[in-house]
Amino acid sequence: MEAVHHLDHGHEHHPAGIMRWVTTTNHKDIGTLYLWFSFAMFMVGGVMALVIRAELFQPGLQIVQPEFFNQMTTLHGLIMVFGAIMPAFVGFANWQIPMMIGAPDMAFPRMNNWSFWLLPPAALLLVISLFVPGGAAAAGWTLYPPLTVQMGMGMDLTIFAVHILGMSSIMGSINIVTTVLNLRAPGMTLMKMPLFVWTWLITAYLLIAVMPVLAGAVTMTLTDRHFGTHFFNAAGGGDPVLFQHIFWFFGHPEVYIIILPGFGVVSQIIPAFSRKPLFGYASMVYATASIAILSFIVWAHHMYTVGMPVAGQLFFMFATMLIAVPTGVKVFNWLATMWKGSLTFEAPMLFALGFIFLFTTGGLTGIVLSIVPLDVQVHDTYYVVAHFHYTMVAGALFSAFGAVYFWLPKWTGKMYDEKLGKLHFWLSFIFFNLTFFVQHFLGLAGMPRRIPDYALQFAEFNAISSVGAFGFGLTQLLFFYIVLKCIRSGEKAPARPWEGADTLEWTLPSPAPYHSFETPPVVK
Amino acid sequence: MSAVTDNRALFGKLATVAVIMFGFGYALVPLYEKICEVTGVNRVEQADALPANTQADTSRWLSVEFDANVGRGLPWSFKPVETSLNIHPGQLAQVTYEVANHSDRPIAGQAIPSYGPAYAARFFKKLECFCFTQQVLQPGEVRRMPVVFVIDPELPKDIGTVTLSYTFFVVEGATRDAAGV
Repeated sequence: MEAVHHLDHGHEHHPAGIMRWVTTTNHKDIGTLYLWFSFAMFMVGGVMALVIRAELFQPGLQIVQPEFFNQMTTLHGLIMVFGAIMPAFVGFANWQIPMMIGAPDMAFPRMNNWSFWLLPPAALLLVISLFVPGGAAAAGWTLYPPLTVQMGMGMDLTIFAVHILGMSSIMGSINIVTTVLNLRAPGMTLMKMPLFVWTWLITAYLLIAVMPVLAGAVTMTLTDRHFGTHFFNAAGGGDPVLFQHIFWFFGHPEVYIIILPGFGVVSQIIPAFSRKPLFGYASMVYATASIAILSFIVWAHHMYTVGMPVAGQLFFMFATMLIAVPTGVKVFNWLATMWKGSLTFEAPMLFALGFIFLFTTGGLTGIVLSIVPLDVQVHDTYYVVAHFHYTMVAGALFSAFGAVYFWLPKWTGKMYDEKLGKLHFWLSFIFFNLTFFVQHFLGLAGMPRRIPDYALQFAEFNAISSVGAFGFGLTQLLFFYIVLKCIRSGEKAPARPWEGADTLEWTLPSPAPYHSFETPPVVK
Repeated sequence: MSAVTDNRALFGKLATVAVIMFGFGYALVPLYEKICEVTGVNRVEQADALPANTQADTSRWLSVEFDANVGRGLPWSFKPVETSLNIHPGQLAQVTYEVANHSDRPIAGQAIPSYGPAYAARFFKKLECFCFTQQVLQPGEVRRMPVVFVIDPELPKDIGTVTLSYTFFVVEGATRDAAGV
């Protein structure tokens, strides 16, 4: 298996330097590009979050003006969702899916290259929009009209960025579905696939179904702005609430697009460090599929306060609560996997456990928010902000950190510093809770989100939250250092550094050869 | 190679789904309008039916206030002639709004009503209103427009004041047509 370079193979003569990365069609190269891009965007979006928290450290306006504050909340959301979290998981998918199903590469390597290289221009558009007259979009990441119809050209740049990001996601998803359905090694039946692959297959279907709907929504905004249509303009017979319906028809499945691959990652890590097979594999697959299907019929729980009929509110309330069932199945399966296992607590396991604990907390506040009369009280308050950061940060981001530590030895051939990895987890865990737990109290007390100033009684909790945010931000520099240290001077990693890991990628040497499984393995 | 054809066939299917879903986003527009029409939510441009009970409730007095606003980029002035009325629930009432175009070009506008408290909206029955159609004002034109309404006597007793507020928005497409461009 050491024969990495077959010199007679045409694909080996790739250009050196920057052109290697621009022209690459190798799934591992592209995965690496996605991951570094995602980390860069994570830093950009993180700095924006810190601008927000710095301003909110004290009541009153100290650092930025409200217009700029609004641009920060908008871009922070867009960049973290579309620039950091989604590309990170596409990066894992690129690296891992072919290796986990025994395929030589993705089904459409050239399209894969395009999927990635569409991202930097889109990110650039978002960042440039800060410097155009009128500044960046400032209507919140949900891009609600009528604000979006009134804003300056920063809004147009944002719309184009969303178009490009959408195209990238759709191409990437088509690639993943095709790879999973057509390129599995002999014997790798669907119900033998690692759960990470399953969750990505379902996620990719969701992406193909809903990214075009978002593209439609922003296209309507664009034509309303410049071409005299009235989709959302009340004066011409349109309706701003219509946008919210279309947006959340995309937006709620999008929430699961973000978290399902995280479920997949955790479903790989927990069995590996419990040294037991995953409990209830089939039920995990069906639970994932049910979550995906239910995600299409719950969108209006984001908009209980628009004045919809009570029957509508009740329908969306019960449908939303229903999602707790498959999600609960997953959580209990993870717990059952650990039951009587030989557990060890390396960094990936710590992040997976942190994920289960904190994501479930976020899920619980989600159930609270699904209740109409309660949601009406805390709608658009910091309670909602706390809720979705428990699922997005402690959920998606923690599972991404877990995935990095879990697979870094396979990618680099070297081990990361276990002590520093654990330190990274504990600092992240503490500062995360310091930042967001207090926001529940702020929200219940009535502090509205997306506002740069607040009443005096909110001062203490906001100060605590800001301290936590800066701690969390600085901790991520430690993560950067750990990854660099691993790449430069990590100890040599064995092919299977984790005793309990049993999926196909661990049968390959570490680092994984540039071309793997050119002859498909046979799965029994 | 059959694997390549398989991949292409699947690509074609998945890309078709993406295109269909783009269309589905647009299909939500008429669907939404239909649902609003059927459920009676959001009827801005239609006259309301008279309330079932048209007997004026002379035991109650209601204060009805009138408000007028002009949306961004519309060089019009717009105000109610009377700013408030005291009436009984169930009593037919008429008020007049005055709108003037201060620009040197014809402009089309559409007035959108809103109510305070929002809960009162369903009891505010407009039988005649300038908001049912677009208004095209010639340069310098001043227009007085009536609103005929009844407030349903079913209006909950704890509401003593109802505000009717209009905002005029410019209708770009119709403005271009009016200018003959």
